[in-house]
Amino acid sequence: MAILKTGARLKSTVCNGEVMVVAAPDGEIEISCGGQPMADPAGAEKTGDVHADHAVGIAIGKRYVNEAGDLELLCVKAGDGGLAVGSELLLQKDTKKLPKTD
Amino acid sequence: MNIMMLLEMTSATFPDRVAFVDGEDGTRLTYQELFDNAGRHAARLQSGGFSRVGMLDVSSIATPTGLFSAAWAGLPYVPINYRLTEPEIDALLSRITPAYLVTENDREQRFAAMDDVTAAPRTAFLQAAESGVTAPEWSMDPEDTAVLLFTSGTTGAPKAAVLRQKHLVSYILGSVEFACADEEEAALVCVPPYHIAGIAAVLSSVYSGRRVVQLANFSAERWIELVRSEKVTTAFVVPTMLSRIVEALEGESSANMPHLGSLSYGGGKMPLSVIERAMQLFPDTDFTNAYGLTETSSTICVLGPDDHRTAAASSDETVRRRLVSVGQGLPGLEIEIRDDDGNVVGPDQRGEIYVRGEQVSGEYEGRGSVTDAQGWFPTRDAGSIDADGYLFLEGRADDVIVRGGENMSPGEIEDVLLEHASVRDAAVVGIPSEQWGEAVAAAVVLKPGKTASAAELQEWVKNNLRSSRVPETLEFYDELPYNETGKLLRRIVKAQFSER
Repeated sequence: MAILKTGARLKSTVCNGEVMVVAAPDGEIEISCGGQPMADPAGAEKTGDVHADHAVGIAIGKRYVNEAGDLELLCVKAGDGGLAVGSELLLQKDTKKLPKTD
Repeated sequence: MNIMMLLEMTSATFPDRVAFVDGEDGTRLTYQELFDNAGRHAARLQSGGFSRVGMLDVSSIATPTGLFSAAWAGLPYVPINYRLTEPEIDALLSRITPAYLVTENDREQRFAAMDDVTAAPRTAFLQAAESGVTAPEWSMDPEDTAVLLFTSGTTGAPKAAVLRQKHLVSYILGSVEFACADEEEAALVCVPPYHIAGIAAVLSSVYSGRRVVQLANFSAERWIELVRSEKVTTAFVVPTMLSRIVEALEGESSANMPHLGSLSYGGGKMPLSVIERAMQLFPDTDFTNAYGLTETSSTICVLGPDDHRTAAASSDETVRRRLVSVGQGLPGLEIEIRDDDGNVVGPDQRGEIYVRGEQVSGEYEGRGSVTDAQGWFPTRDAGSIDADGYLFLEGRADDVIVRGGENMSPGEIEDVLLEHASVRDAAVVGIPSEQWGEAVAAAVVLKPGKTASAAELQEWVKNNLRSSRVPETLEFYDELPYNETGKLLRRIVKAQFSER
């Protein structure tokens, strides 16, 4: 469990996945990828395999949110694991397409 | 958060795609090359004991290299207007030392004697970035300053707007879909690198994976040539540029630029006649009007292609009028209009535009943030919002003149006029101009018994400031209008010009 800081990066310990925190609720929370807790990229080492129930994968550039809407993660490196908080799998957020402005 | 992360994502996804093309000499840089160069140059910046990275140069592939290497090194990137006079440049430089400064090849010598400025000519800077060790991982602290942009303030010295990593990254994440560009897409960037639109163009294109074609010195002919030769698919122009492009295409039935899918504009008021003519010349091009400010990390409002077509085809005056609006706020941003007492006004009521959101900084170096306790930033732009949420700009809430997208302070020009031996009083205002949005007009009162011609005073301003500051119109008056507390009534000065 850790307090998530906006802008921080988290790395999966079971696949290549990596995310950045866009928004997070106050208080301690644990994000998992592929069924295992994610870790600070500096100290993260691959320690196991993606759990079959968490093998939905994450795609680079996509954003993932919880149902409450107070947690948002941006995938910065793709991976085979899926993101979850406890047993709640995070869902890919639909983004509205905007006209090119610059 | 760090804008480097945006580049890292794209270079991992499209390593071999061309990221930047210098329209002048054709130099090309792929996303992987840009990423690698940024990392190597960041290591040099970190070991040099610098506090800022300055860029005093036109657009080239050194522009993104400077921006991203500074972000990687954890140093603010400070692009400086290369059109300023030497004393003006020196004054800005003295505020960012100890600085590493990338500059034009023929300008470097000038800074050799400055202790706190390490100047590198563009060519040497780019060469150095091609070898050496790579810096360690960049900071992800969202509070790190990414960019300092000097704005032309209304009073005194230019203010340095602070854009932190969180502002720029929020803007990009909120407005651009990652890797949305196809391989053949290309954006033509002709706004200067020291303008927020120039910074935003680099970041938006990088995150979408789009190739950027850079046009350092705008001319309508060169712009048209590059759009055709580089098969440009999207471009951003200020209204003055679009006006020139439309003029250059005069006599042709269509623009003959089939690849140009979208054309966005902003930075000043677009004359209705120009946008209408442009839509005729580019019938298959999507037009977007983007309104934003330096302090808001670029665009906050967008009038999209469908809005343009609906408005142009409508016989309903309310809908048709939207062609000169700047559209609706970006998702995640809040915009409201307040009267002089700070109360939010209703539809179609004029007041000052306020904005709030993640991309909004509103902070100036040494002055702190000017946002209020609830995070609202006063734009100092005047405007109104119609019943459907379309924002209309109605000039500056203060008196800054916006000429061809360039903001200038009347006080600066007035001060110079007042230094002339024959001038007793002077007022400078912006008056409507088809070509520039606003043109500079000066009302001058001469000292008793003294004489000076308009041409003489125009030459005086040119010699003491620069050519864009020269009043296009200069007229003589017996006295200027002041209120009882001695405040110059610029509205009345402006009205006098329109009466003449």
